[in-house]
Amino acid sequence: MSRAALDSLVAAFPQHILETTDRLGDEVAIVAPAGLLEITTWLRDTPALAFNMLSDVTAVDYLARNPRFEVVYQLYSVSKKHRLRLRVPVGAENPSVASVTGVWLSANWAEREVWDMYGIRFEGHPDLRRVLMYEEFEGHPLRKDYPMQQSQPRMDLRRKERDAVEEYKTLYVDKLAQARKAEP
Amino acid sequence: MGVDIGVPGVVASRLETAVNWARKFSLFQYPFVTACCGMEYMAVACARYDVSRFGAEIPRFSPRQADLLWVVGTVNHKLAPHLARIHAQISDPKWVISFGVCASTGGFYDNYATVQGIDKIIPVDVYIPGCPPRPEQVLDALMMLQDKIQREKWGAPRAASDVAPAIAAVPA
Repeated sequence: MSRAALDSLVAAFPQHILETTDRLGDEVAIVAPAGLLEITTWLRDTPALAFNMLSDVTAVDYLARNPRFEVVYQLYSVSKKHRLRLRVPVGAENPSVASVTGVWLSANWAEREVWDMYGIRFEGHPDLRRVLMYEEFEGHPLRKDYPMQQSQPRMDLRRKERDAVEEYKTLYVDKLAQARKAEP
Repeated sequence: MGVDIGVPGVVASRLETAVNWARKFSLFQYPFVTACCGMEYMAVACARYDVSRFGAEIPRFSPRQADLLWVVGTVNHKLAPHLARIHAQISDPKWVISFGVCASTGGFYDNYATVQGIDKIIPVDVYIPGCPPRPEQVLDALMMLQDKIQREKWGAPRAASDVAPAIAAVPA
C-alpha cells in the first residue's frame, strides 16, 4: 500500500532521497535534511498520499557512525490508511534539523522530547524547551555517551544513591582483585 | 496494654502506652501513588482485604490531616523535592511506608531518572518489597508499623537516621 507512496516520493524528489528500504514491510525513505520541509509539506498536501497525521518524532544515536544521529518521522494517512517513515541523518556537531511544527502541529511536543533526550535542535520550533527532564538538568540522557546511572538530584540527599553497590565493590570486588594480584 | 488493679472497670496503664495504643489504631494515611503499585494499594484499601480492620481506612488527600505517608510507586528526581515537601507538611508524629520495590530501592529503574529508594530523601519506617507486593505483605507491614508505634518512647531523641534533611532546594 505505501509502496506506491514511497515510489511517488522518490519520483518527485530524486535529489533529496538518499536511500529507500522496505524491510519487513515498513517503507522507509532516508531524506537529506535540506529537503525535509519541502517533502513533508508535499506528503501532507498531495491528495493521493494525504499524510495528515504525524504519529511520532524520535531519534537514534549511532555514536560511532558519521553522521551520528538520525531523526525519525512516523507518518500515517487517516484517509488512505497507509504509513511511511522518514529518516533524516544529522551530524554530531551542533545537531539541528528544520522543525515540522508548521506542517503538523503534533510535532511540537515530540520535537521537544527529542531535544530533551538527544539535544537535537529544531530550527523554527516555537517553544523548544525540555518536556520530560527538569530545567536545571544538564546534558541529554538518551545520548549513548551519557552515563546511564548519572542522576542529577534537585535536592540534598540523606544518603548516597547506590551506596550498596559501592559497598559491595569495596568489600568484595576490589578485595578480590587485590588478592588475585598478590598471588604469585 | 494495662494491668488489672482489682478495682472493677479500672485498668492501670502508662500514658505513653495508652496514647501509643490509640495512635496505632487511628492512622490517617496520605497515599502518594505514582505507579502501578497503586492498584495493589486499592486492593488493600477495599473490602476484600479491608485495611479498616487495622484502623487505617481513611485516606486524607491533604498532608495536614494525615500522619502516615504511603509512597506507592516509582519516584524520580523530578518529583523528589515535591515528595520531600509533602513529608515536611505532615505534622508530627508521622510515619512513612515505602510500598513496593521501586519506592524502596528504585527497583529495576537503575538509571539517571529514578531515585534509588525514597530513603535517600525522607526517613522510612517500613519497607515493603515486591513488584507489586501482595496485599498480605502490605497488611503485614502495617502490623509491623503498629508494633513500632506501640514501642515508641516519647522523650527519647529520634535517631539521626530518622530525621529528614532540611529541604532547602525545593523549587516553588
